[in-house]
Amino acid sequence: MSEKVLYALTGLFETPDQIIDAAEKTSDGGYKKYDVNTPYPLHGMNQAMKLPPSKLGYAALVFGLSGTVSALALMYWMAVIDYAHVIGGKPYFPLPAFVPVMFEVTVLSAAIATVFTMLFVVFKFPNNSHPLHDTEYMKSVSRDKYGICILAEDEKFDENGTLKFLEELGATNITHQYFTEDSYATWWSVLDKKFAGILAVTAIATSLVVYIGLNKVLYMQPFSWMMEQEKLNPQKGSVLFADGFSMRNPVQGTIARGDLPYEYAVDPEGASKLVNPLPITEANLQLGKVKYDIYCSPCHGFMGEGDSRLRGQFPNPPSLHSEKVRDWTDGRIYHVIAMGQNVMPSYSSQLSRNEKWATILYVRALQRSLNAKESDLQ
Amino acid sequence: MSTVDYSQELSVVEGRPSLRELDDLISKPLESKPDKKFFIAISFTGLMLLTGITALGASFIYGTGLWGNNNPVGWGFPIVNFVFWVGIGHAGTLISAILFLFRQKWRTGIARFAEGMTIFAVITAAMFPLIHTGRPWLPLYLAPYPNQHSIWPNFISPLLWDVFAVSTYFIVSLIFWYVGLIPDLAVLRDKAGTKVKKTIYSIFSLGWRFSNRHWQHYEMMYLILAGFATPLVLSVHTIVSYDFAVSIMPGWHATIFPPYFVAGAVFSGFAMVQNVLIFIRKIFNYEHIITLKVLENMNKIILLTGSLVGYAYAMEFFIAWYSGVQAEQFTFINRAFGPYAWAYWIMISCNVISPQLFWFKKIRTSIPIMFVLGVLVNVGMWFERFVITVTSLSRDYLPSSWAYYTPTITDFGILIGSFGLFFTLLLIFTKTLPVISIAEVKAVVDGAQPTHKDH
Repeated sequence: MSEKVLYALTGLFETPDQIIDAAEKTSDGGYKKYDVNTPYPLHGMNQAMKLPPSKLGYAALVFGLSGTVSALALMYWMAVIDYAHVIGGKPYFPLPAFVPVMFEVTVLSAAIATVFTMLFVVFKFPNNSHPLHDTEYMKSVSRDKYGICILAEDEKFDENGTLKFLEELGATNITHQYFTEDSYATWWSVLDKKFAGILAVTAIATSLVVYIGLNKVLYMQPFSWMMEQEKLNPQKGSVLFADGFSMRNPVQGTIARGDLPYEYAVDPEGASKLVNPLPITEANLQLGKVKYDIYCSPCHGFMGEGDSRLRGQFPNPPSLHSEKVRDWTDGRIYHVIAMGQNVMPSYSSQLSRNEKWATILYVRALQRSLNAKESDLQ
Repeated sequence: MSTVDYSQELSVVEGRPSLRELDDLISKPLESKPDKKFFIAISFTGLMLLTGITALGASFIYGTGLWGNNNPVGWGFPIVNFVFWVGIGHAGTLISAILFLFRQKWRTGIARFAEGMTIFAVITAAMFPLIHTGRPWLPLYLAPYPNQHSIWPNFISPLLWDVFAVSTYFIVSLIFWYVGLIPDLAVLRDKAGTKVKKTIYSIFSLGWRFSNRHWQHYEMMYLILAGFATPLVLSVHTIVSYDFAVSIMPGWHATIFPPYFVAGAVFSGFAMVQNVLIFIRKIFNYEHIITLKVLENMNKIILLTGSLVGYAYAMEFFIAWYSGVQAEQFTFINRAFGPYAWAYWIMISCNVISPQLFWFKKIRTSIPIMFVLGVLVNVGMWFERFVITVTSLSRDYLPSSWAYYTPTITDFGILIGSFGLFFTLLLIFTKTLPVISIAEVKAVVDGAQPTHKDH
């Protein structure tokens, strides 16, 4: 235990009027480092003690505004730069829709910052080892007495003189308050072994809980029930069927909806006998044009002349206006679309039967546009 | 009739108790063992809570199919209860922030308790959107954090604004409540009998030493917080109302929703605070701190907000007619005369008609009558949320999808459980923390402030 050092002289008063008077006289008497302790804030005490106005408002302003700006910046970055996508037909940066979040973040950061600045920066709390703690003086002023406390480090302080000064003010219970060097040392003991230990344990425990919670617990029952359902998935094994697969072959002779097997796969000439089942109507031609423009035009060109957008990058396809193609029956063209020819692949997976026939109607129309007959003029 | 001298401010605390008496009276519930009545009360609320836990447990095991929610009424009870409880939570901050800015001294006796109710009501409310998502263990997805899906929340959705509003409201209310508690905890620290109590109070009072150099900043901080909490409290129910108003459902898509919801929230919140305070002042002998005058003032606010709500109901009808939108007109006629007419008329009679009785001073100052009216107001406000949510959804634009919503026993179990949770937390609060702000009440007792006569 190191030696006791005088911290302050304290005195008590009974009424609010007395303490206001005492505070005024103390500050007029030239004391700077003194304090008044009262169970609740007194009107007029700030003037009596000549305290400058509190500057906490600036903390609120600065942190509040930085909350607004960072909320806006963060939302802008998320919604416009990092992952821009249209939601509900709105612009990427709909400012009015961002206002509620900006407002809430402003209030949140201003409120937290004001309180934290006050408690931890201005008051330097928590501080439970202050010399006045646990003294009879503190126990009186916390309840119904009004106390004044003149610190020993004040320039005008002089043990006997100040004692006399307090007596003249009419203070009762004038007490010498001491502290030990030990207690001073622990005033800012953030790096204390015990505290650091607790901090480390808390940090490790929190990280563990978060890690286990997010990576393990969430994949355990009951949270995984949605994923682990009692149903057969295509690539999963099965105990239900003899072969151990959960995937079944379709019943023999099954065909997909709208899909008739193509019987002339190896017989192009046989396919020539096929007849286009579609009548020449505007709707069919329109359908054919749409499909032709999507699937055929990249190589054959919009006009079927082989002047494609991919010209030069692939072997050039022949013109659809050649005599050979003009003389082909619809069925023969159908065969090329269905089975492919040379480097042209099959378009069966892209075009349904009707779409193929509609495309052929459109191809015929294109051919007629360059090789019109006289009868077309009428 | 006696004449009143209006030039003198009337004292808000009756009987000039000494400061020491106030300390002892307010901290008495914390220093005495809970009595039989307390145990009866907490076992009752505990039973309600247990009902809710059972219903929730069943919902987790068997799924949300146990609830009445279905097409087209996908919102049902969980959202009704959410809006109801968030509304209850509005009285606390209103009392501690808005009435503080208006220098209403009568608020000092009830502010702490109302703030506590705010926090518990928001906790209760926050439970409902979580369970309504069906996956209450994944609330993290609501926060904008860098995640493995590499996507961000949708910032233009009112549901996301809601997350920000309610969580901000909770945190700010909690901070407000805690900084208010610091001086009181310091009083308790200096009064504490046992070492354990002393240690706990020392930790949470952070070493407060009633210094006037601190009080000065403390009062400034309180003013700043009140300044921020005032728009905050208005924003929270505004944003809750956006959940409805930003959609295009008939009966929801209305610009009157934000003020209408805020008025309704204050209305129900005050009714709840008034109800609970009637018991608190009686049980703990706080009749001279929470005076009849305080209750009367609260009833006046209930009357004001009740009339605002009544005006909003009328205006909704008017706008539906005036807009000329068929779906809108149908919705309101359907509300009043359709299959949910019973709920609508419960709402009208409890919310619009019953608070009008507070025009009479006799009724405003009669404790049994004001208690009954307070209960009616909360019944009415619960039904208001039910009417808004359910009637609009059950009959939307597409007549083929219309259906009648019937809540299940599980829904009611969860509703009862929410009341159980709220009141259990309140009961624990009355036994662990001072329900009246000691420092604030001391400051408004007669003779507590200097007279400054020599100036």
